[in-house]
Amino acid sequence: MSGLSSKHLLGIKSLSPEDIELIFQTADNFKEVINRPIKKVPSLRDLTIANLFFENSTRTKLSFELAEKRLSADVINFSASASSVKKGETLIDTVNNILAMKVDMVVMRHPNPGAPIFLSKHITASIVNAGDGAHEHPTQALLDAYSIREELGNVKGKNIVIVGDILHSRVALSNIFCLQKLGAKVTVCGPPTLIPKYIESLGVEVEYSMDKALSKTDIVMMLRIQLERQGKDGKQVNYFPSLREYHLQYGLTLDRLERLNHSPIIMHPGPINRGVEISSSVADSSKSLILNQVENGVAIRMAVLYLLAS
Amino acid sequence: MNNARPILNRTQIDIIIKRLCFQIIENHDDFSNTVILGLQPRGIYLAKRIHKELNDQHASLSIPLGRLDTTFFRDDFRRRDSPIIANKTNIDFNVEGKRVILIDDVLYTGRTIRAGLDAMLAYGRPDLVELLVLVDRRYSRHLPIEAKYIGTTVDTVESERVEAKWEEIDGVDELILKEQNTA
Repeated sequence: MSGLSSKHLLGIKSLSPEDIELIFQTADNFKEVINRPIKKVPSLRDLTIANLFFENSTRTKLSFELAEKRLSADVINFSASASSVKKGETLIDTVNNILAMKVDMVVMRHPNPGAPIFLSKHITASIVNAGDGAHEHPTQALLDAYSIREELGNVKGKNIVIVGDILHSRVALSNIFCLQKLGAKVTVCGPPTLIPKYIESLGVEVEYSMDKALSKTDIVMMLRIQLERQGKDGKQVNYFPSLREYHLQYGLTLDRLERLNHSPIIMHPGPINRGVEISSSVADSSKSLILNQVENGVAIRMAVLYLLAS
Repeated sequence: MNNARPILNRTQIDIIIKRLCFQIIENHDDFSNTVILGLQPRGIYLAKRIHKELNDQHASLSIPLGRLDTTFFRDDFRRRDSPIIANKTNIDFNVEGKRVILIDDVLYTGRTIRAGLDAMLAYGRPDLVELLVLVDRRYSRHLPIEAKYIGTTVDTVESERVEAKWEEIDGVDELILKEQNTA
């Protein structure tokens, strides 16, 4: 069997369904590995991986770092806030300096959409996009689809609704690409101010009523209200009147779920704003896959790194 | 495959499996502490046969049988053109303190077995590890690894390939020798 069709993972858009299936199959094996008494394998012991985080992250960074360590790679970490980026160094210079220290792969999160694609044209090391602005977050979409596949057996033919701040969400965009490639039907739901114009051109349905959107769905994927992105050029932009009103209109509560005559599974990429987009009772319920998503994140990232290193 | 030359047929393989089982029985007394591990992808079929034969001869025995994948422990990772695709590992017991019979179909350079030993250690420290193979390709070892139980030995050159076929996946039980490059 051949490997991935690309030497980088820049976005889901450039992956084929076969690539995604290969990543899932490999992740199955890594999931077994991370549940062993000794969770480490020596596959990448001769590689050094740099985690370049130009934007804050807890979960993704820890998950990547754990995946790298479970594969026995050497890991160096970098965060923009404590670096020479503050002194005016360009992205290419920063990365080339790190690569000059003989680094083989780069995992990068950057606030600017397209930064990893730009970088991939200038350096030879493999790049994994760990989130670039509001563009893509491919490993998150892969682990979401993998969690659905694990829970429901298959992604094909499933109805999935993504609720919340679609406008600022790279998770939403990557998930739309990923779920559609795997044959699912995707609906997006949220206040009109947070739904990008022309999103229908991606082949998704738009639904502004939360209850209507929930009525026919197998999976609800809740997104975080990105409070840090609710402004532009230092000015506050209000996309909705208040968090309380947002919660009333688009919050996933037990009441709302109990009104349905079916029980969809609940997902959230984290971090959760409890009481805003999702209530605690729903986030902690038995239908919630939130912690499975986190566990699968490590397996998926191990699979991606393993396949890109081959 | 026109150039394939048979080494063993089904009857011969059956006889060999019976003989190997008697050798194991000689060394393992009551099997109370013995486990069997078949190496993925193709050692698992021989492991199943050995396990079944041992159970047939001693119905009271229940010897644990596991499947072990060596992919992530191989030393030729990143030296190939395409990634090595992993298989399932399925071991629902601990090997700590056990006497392990590690089973593969063909012993060639010894590198797979080396990876298998490393992979097995993730499940604990066994008391003893023995290697059983259907066929030992002599004079081709890259590592100091030898089998304790050997079905048959063959002398081959590097361009040749020895392949064990199993009814479950190939439709026939046989051991063949063929030229590698004409496949």
